[in-house]
Formats: sequence, structure tokens, C-alpha cells
Amino acid sequence: MCFPDRAEQVAEIVRVAARHGRPFVARGSGTGLAGGATPVGRPVLIVTTALDRILEVDPVARVAWVEPGVLNLDLSRAVRHHGLHYAPDPSSQQACTIGGNVATNAGGPHCLASGVTSAHVLAVEVVLADGTEVVLGGLEPDQPGYDLRGCFVGSEGTMGVATRIAVRLVPDPPAVRTLLLDFTSIDDAAATVSGIIAAGVVPAALEMMDAAITRAVEDFVGAGFPRDAAAVLLVELDGLDAGVEADAGAVAEIGRRHGARTVRVAADEAERALLWKGRKSAFGAIARVAPDYYLHDAVVPRTRLVDVIRSVTEICSSYGLTCMNVFHAGDGNLHPLIVFDAREPGIWPRVRAAGDEILAACVAAGGVLSGEHGIGIEKREAMALVFGPDDLDAQARLRDAFDPDGRANPEKVLPRGSRCGELGRVPEGTWI
Amino acid sequence: MEVVSDRDRRAAEHADAEAAMADAVAGAMLVDPTGAGTHREVGGPPPTDGLAVRAPSGVLSYDPADLTVTVAAGTTVGELDAALAPHGQECVLDPVDDAATIGGTIAVGLSGLRRLRVGPIRDQVLEVRFVTGDGRLVRGGGPTVKNVTGYDLPRLLVGSFGTLGVLTRVVLRCRPRPRHAQWFRSTGNPDVALARCLRPSSVLWDGTVTRVLLEGHPGDIEAESARAGLEPDRAPEHPAGAHRGRISVRPGEVAAVGRRLGGLDGVVWIAEAGVGTVHVAAGEASALTACREAAHDAGGWMLREAGAPGLDGFGRPLPNPDLAGRVHRAFDPTGKLAPGRIPLPQVEVEAEPGGPPR
Repeated sequence: MCFPDRAEQVAEIVRVAARHGRPFVARGSGTGLAGGATPVGRPVLIVTTALDRILEVDPVARVAWVEPGVLNLDLSRAVRHHGLHYAPDPSSQQACTIGGNVATNAGGPHCLASGVTSAHVLAVEVVLADGTEVVLGGLEPDQPGYDLRGCFVGSEGTMGVATRIAVRLVPDPPAVRTLLLDFTSIDDAAATVSGIIAAGVVPAALEMMDAAITRAVEDFVGAGFPRDAAAVLLVELDGLDAGVEADAGAVAEIGRRHGARTVRVAADEAERALLWKGRKSAFGAIARVAPDYYLHDAVVPRTRLVDVIRSVTEICSSYGLTCMNVFHAGDGNLHPLIVFDAREPGIWPRVRAAGDEILAACVAAGGVLSGEHGIGIEKREAMALVFGPDDLDAQARLRDAFDPDGRANPEKVLPRGSRCGELGRVPEGTWI
Repeated sequence: MEVVSDRDRRAAEHADAEAAMADAVAGAMLVDPTGAGTHREVGGPPPTDGLAVRAPSGVLSYDPADLTVTVAAGTTVGELDAALAPHGQECVLDPVDDAATIGGTIAVGLSGLRRLRVGPIRDQVLEVRFVTGDGRLVRGGGPTVKNVTGYDLPRLLVGSFGTLGVLTRVVLRCRPRPRHAQWFRSTGNPDVALARCLRPSSVLWDGTVTRVLLEGHPGDIEAESARAGLEPDRAPEHPAGAHRGRISVRPGEVAAVGRRLGGLDGVVWIAEAGVGTVHVAAGEASALTACREAAHDAGGWMLREAGAPGLDGFGRPLPNPDLAGRVHRAFDPTGKLAPGRIPLPQVEVEAEPGGPPR
């Protein structure tokens, strides 16, 4: 296990690993839930948390160069005095690193309007598996040839290790309005989401929580979320005064038309922060309900949300499991949480089986396996639900182009046997 | 609600056409992916004796509430826009000529003038289906607006000039059309508009006049234009000329490039401030060479977009040529797809032992 504190050391570590034919895994804060940074087969573990310097901030060009171990929220804090922020805001933003965000192409509530990590990464300095250092992308708007930067973002550490990252910063919007709407049925809340999209409003964030998670959050944070609601919507609009005013009015009106009991508008920044604290504490709040949870991260087309939530509930009850739903409703990114007590004998197989059925239901609805946590170890076998043999083979060949020996974060993302004709190929040096 | 009435029949027809494209590519020695022909002169020249392979056209599936559309790659940008407009939506591809096909626009990867607000074209493509050099039909990405399920093949295909695969079908992100849009002008520095407008769609500068496109609520546009000292104006003309190029420099270098271009005879240009793209046009091919020198001196580069047949398409080698070459061979092992359109390392004719089937 290595804790480099200079970017150059990463290349040295990777070269040593290459000389000895050993696999390596880069790891940031380890907040990803798909096991992407979990070492498999005794690799060299490169922990990036000591690479935590913000190297350069250009407030005019609105670009920052950072090391991979910089925490997401620390970057936004460091540029706040320029009236700028870093837009992707995963719920774990106090703990997760920018390097990890790049690896998983992380999202967050505010990615609805502003796009996920890939839209905010301009360039990445990468150490490839053979120890070669390359810069992918650049500060010019276009580069000749392939978008290798775009290819690297979201590759979950299987194409090399990022050592310096150039990210785009965006100006803070002068007007922000945050609304909390509550409903007596989840269908009404979902119809409100569709109504907002149909009205041509794209909120900065559009989040939904079901009854169970709303109660858990309220008991945990005390943000004034209605404990008896079947569903709540947290909607944020930002931009300039007139547009925000008009859109907030439209959202409130659409909500009321679909049976919203109350529409609460955050009166000030403190109230806004409290509402967001409720949403972002959702996973922590579950500890009050049960000691363990299992989370999925599938994305479905927005129009299939209600059907899929119904299926998720049915699947969980058929296994006698409790499920809570908190999700990015605006972009169809579900986060169904199966809550349980791992000490209960025989519960894990049930949880896993329910999880597999949930994923299959999401894929059947035209969805994908992950919106922001990635495939990691956990969902690699499920890749075959989404992709055919030729699709997986093409991805395997692309991975080989970056890392011919398969030593960068082996046993992740692609299922075994992805290469056509491959029979349980194992990266050299991997201990099984 | 799905608005394509005969979706299943269209999907079946499209699948047949894709299979025929795959067969054609598999059987050809050399392939020339072909769309509407509006981007034939961009970058390196297409192969002269390649088999023309075209994607079919048509909108395959569209539910406005999903804010995504599935479209055959041979559909023109204009046709797609006409299909989305009645539902108050658009896909921001914005090629210079909307007779361009979706596939061609994505393959050359040229972003439109609203990039400053909407982002580059690579951010608009959610899923791709394409035929690789060995004649396989491959799908990458996914139909949802957010997705980390496998590697990002859509972004890889954007700007690949057909050298990784011939696009057959894509899923694109849609957006609500702006409530209101207005071009403005000012004689002030473009940096003032960039600093005073929150999310301008475009800030263009020709050395004398700054032109700004604002989109959104009419009240905001009025307030913001007043604050930035902008006067209403017509949309600017795209620089016209037989020989055209596109310079890419760091946004901070735009002013320096502008000064250089201003000293060149017979060159018209317009720069996207805050982005770093400078569109240049000239009556003489030699003037384009001088524009390229200006780009290089500012640490950037210039893509040939039209004319100047003797001029190299890119004027500089690819960054990371070894890696780019390996990526290329992963999709096109024999180098049959659009060779010459981007300056890739030559493909070795002999297959590597244990390499992909040929």
C-alpha cells in the first residue's frame, strides 16, 4: 500500500509494479458503492489522499488544476471567494475525491442542469499501466484526434491513474430558489416531475424521496420534512431573477395541479442548506432504521420512473425486505435502498437476489446499470444484461489499448469472458 | 408519450439496414463513411477509392418527456430539428449547414456557436451504434441522460472522423428550446460580456465588435443586456470564403490570435470568446497557412474546414500517437475505415498473434 504525496511518485510506483508484473489499484476516499476501488488479487494499492493540493486556480479562464486527492467540496470552498464553484456535487462531496469522481464520472443532484463530471473535466494527466505519463485532453476547446480524455473519465481506474486534473469552474448563480413539495401519493409526485419537464423547465436539481426515507431523514435532521408524506420533491432553480421567479411559479403551480399538499419555498440560505442537508443525509439517516443497507444506482428513462418504482417495491416485498427510495428524479437515476440487519441469518442471499431483480427490471424498462457509482466489482456480471458479446468485446479491446497486460484495476467493469474467444483470462500476476 | 407512430416497423427496417452496412464494411477493402457531404473537406481527405457506406435516415423513437431522441445517423440535422420543434425541444448540434447528417456532424465533432452555454457536441451524444472495421455492429453508452455503464464509447466516437466505426444510430440529449433568444452587439471588449452575463450562449468577437447571444427569460435578457451595455443586433454572418479553418487555442489566447489575424490581408474571422475557437475564412489558400501559423504561435492548432486542398488537414501530429494508434486498431484492425482523415500512425498489415479476428 502506497501513499504518494507527489504526483511524480505515482509514476514511479506504477513502473515498479510494471517491472514486477503486479496489478495496481488507485483509491481515493473509497466512497464509491460498487467496489471500484476495492483491491482484488493483492494489487499494489495507490492511495491518493495525500495528493491533495489545489495546484492552480485561474478565475478568469475559470479553470483549476488539482491533484486527485482533493476533496470535491474543498475545491468549491477554495474558489468561493471568486464567486465560482465546481458543479458536480455527489452526496458524499464532503468525503469523496476529485480523482474518484473522474474514475466514476460522478454525478450529484446538480448534474441535472449542469452535466456530470465528464462535462467538467478539461484535461487529465494520467500514468498508464506501463508507467508512461500522458496528458489527455487540454485547455484548448478541441484536440486533434480521439477524445481520450472522455474515454478515461468513468473508466474506473482500468485505464491508468490520474495524477493532475484540470476542471472547469462555473459562476455562482445570483438567484437560487429551493422548493419542497409534498404529496399523498408517489404517482402524483412523479406526474409533477413529468409536468415540470413537459413545461420546458430544467431545474438545477430535481430530487424525490419516498415516505420511508422522508421519515428517516426527518427523524435524523429535523429539517421540517412532512413525516406523513407519501413522497416529497426537492426542486432547485437557479439563474437570473426573472427566469427563476417564473420557473418557481410554474413548478409550484404544476405541483398543486397534481395534488401537492404544501409547497414550501426556502426563505433564506440557512433554510435552503437545511433542506439540502436532509437530502444529502439520506444514507446516514438509514442507520436509525437498520444497521445495513444495499444501494442500487440504476438509471431509467424518466417516463418509466413510476412503473419501475412500483416494480422495485413489489420485488422487495416478495423477498420480505424493506426498501426506501431516494433518487435524482429529474434524470431518472434511482437509488433504491434495501435496508436490513446483516446479523439476521440468511439475509444476504435474499438482499442480493432482490438487488439482481431490481437491476433486471430497470434494464427491461430501457435503463442502464449505473448513473454515478459505476460498475466496479459489484455489477460486472450484470453488464451482460445491457450489452451483447460484440459490445463487450469492443470495450475489452479499448481497455487493452490503454493497458495491454490488464494490470490497472483488474477484475473490474467488464465481466469475465468479455473478449471474444476469451476463456477466463486472468491478468498476469493476479492471485486468485 | 412516444410520438413516432410506427416505431416497431421503423426499428425493424433500421436493423435490416444496419446489418447491410455491417456486411458492406466487412466485405470492403477500404470504406468511405458518407453522409450529406457537407464535411468532406474537413481535416484530411477522404479515401478516393473507398466503398461509400451510408446510414439510413429517420427519427426512430422520441418521447419528449424523456428529453432524449433516437435517430438514424443518416438523418439530417434540419430534419431532426423539424421533428423536435413541434414539441418545443431541440438538440444542440448547430453545424454550419443543417443539411449535414447527424452521423457526419458527430463524426467530425465540430461544436456549434452555442458551445459556451450548452457545452461541446461530445456532451450531447448519449448512445452510439456503429459498425467497426471488422464489420461488427457495436453499441456503447446508453439511452439515459446519466450513465456510467461501461466505457464512454459515445465520446470516443465524437470527432473520430469515421476511423473507429461507421455510425448507424445515436441517442441524443434534447433540451427545451429557449423561451426567448436575442443577438446583441457592443463595441466593448468581449471579456466584459463574459464577466457580466451569467450564462451567455455565445460571445463572438471579430476584432472590433462583440456580439452576444442571450437565451432565456425575456426579463433576464433585458436586464442582463443593459448591465453589459449591449444593443440588439442581427445574428452575425459566419466567415465566408473558399478556404476555411477552425483555430483552437486556450481562451486566454484569443485576443493575441485576433491581433495576428487582424494583420493578415484577405482573412475574415470571428472568435468564440470564453471558448477559444476562432473561425477563419480566406479567398486565397495561402492566407489559411498564415492563420495556422498564428494558431501555432499561440500554442494552439488549426483544422482545415474547407478548401486549401494542398494544406494538411490538422497541421500537427496527434497528441499521444501511440495510444491513439492502439485505440484505432482496437476498432479497425486493418485500417480500412476512412484512412487519411486523421493523421493516425500506419496500421501494420500483419495481424498480431492472438490479435482480434480479421
